[in-house]
Amino acid sequence: MRITGELVKGLWRENPTFRMMLGLCPTLAVSTSVVNGLGMGISATFVLVGSSAMVSMVRNVVPEKVRIPCFIVIIATFVTIVELMMKAYTPLLSRSLGIYVPLIVVNCVVLGRAEAFASKKGVWRSVLDALGMGMGFTWALCVISAIREVAGNGTIFGYPVGVSFSPPLFMILAPGALLTIGLLIGLINHLSLREDGRR
Amino acid sequence: MTGEMFISIIIGTIFVNNFILSRFLGLCPFIGVSKQSGPALSMGLAVTFVTTTASLITWVIYDLVLVRFHLEYLRTLSFILVIAFFVQFVDIVMQKKMPSLHKMLGIYLALITTNCAVFGVTVLNIDMFYPRGKPMAGGLGMAVLQGLGAGIGFTLAMVLMSGIRERLEYAEVPKCFKDIPITFIIASLMSLAFLGFCGFSV
Repeated sequence: MRITGELVKGLWRENPTFRMMLGLCPTLAVSTSVVNGLGMGISATFVLVGSSAMVSMVRNVVPEKVRIPCFIVIIATFVTIVELMMKAYTPLLSRSLGIYVPLIVVNCVVLGRAEAFASKKGVWRSVLDALGMGMGFTWALCVISAIREVAGNGTIFGYPVGVSFSPPLFMILAPGALLTIGLLIGLINHLSLREDGRR
Repeated sequence: MTGEMFISIIIGTIFVNNFILSRFLGLCPFIGVSKQSGPALSMGLAVTFVTTTASLITWVIYDLVLVRFHLEYLRTLSFILVIAFFVQFVDIVMQKKMPSLHKMLGIYLALITTNCAVFGVTVLNIDMFYPRGKPMAGGLGMAVLQGLGAGIGFTLAMVLMSGIRERLEYAEVPKCFKDIPITFIIASLMSLAFLGFCGFSV
């Protein structure tokens, strides 16, 4: 039971994007289409799981003072793996995500989980925690990018949604991203305030 | 590098492709440290200094070490380490030599290592001015200029936002939109205004 708790908490209660406001830069920058959002989410999840497992394995060996640089090196290694794999197997995705793939290194979700969870807990629990956080990050990205793609381009996964309207271009551009996430966080705050009120 | 190039890079990074409002780099401090204009300005200045010097250092390392020994795939790893070491170094030097400045910028310096704007600008420099393993003519100058422009653009957005948020203290915002959500919506409107610069071609 407690083991599944580690997995589930990232999905809603401690969702990295909506609740903890971590890793916002890639979230906003790549969420122009669902395919991009999904690609980014999966790459970040891979980095999260790999680096959490590794950090958890070396946690008793690394001295306290140099732990952050060590974690950064571990994370950067996994990011490099993703970067090279993406260039080799999905060159189109790699081109549309651009510099935001190497930027996973400075994604606060990854370092945050390494520091707050994996450096203190066992390997399996860290992996589950990272997987949960990664999935939470991925679904948040998918929701944001689905809203933006439907509203700004009239398509979803690249297919037209059926209703024909002239999509407001600004949803695909930068302001649309900031507006979407502002409204979504407001909505989620509203839901949780109401939940607390009922209790 | 011609004067035309100079102006187009500076205007481009400050206004047209503002790092925060159109590239989304450095959003965390933009949301976190923009409550008052004093700290926002200090943060902006610290970032400007680091982006400019980091652009110089990472370019030199990429050019002289990574490309020469065919280690381009180590770009991410080496850049983040260089930035982390450099920020730490500046922190220590500043503490010893300029304690008053350190008091003003100190806590922000530590935050800068994981600031996406710094890492982002170094990667962008390589992507834009170092195509296919060959540096463009005057690439180093352009990279440093882009670092400077990125920092100034960051400072500009920070200061504007902090001014708005100071006034916002007196506004009645719905409870669920307080603090972060309303900040995003303001940022969206600012970004919309900055879109107007897209038509600029220098």
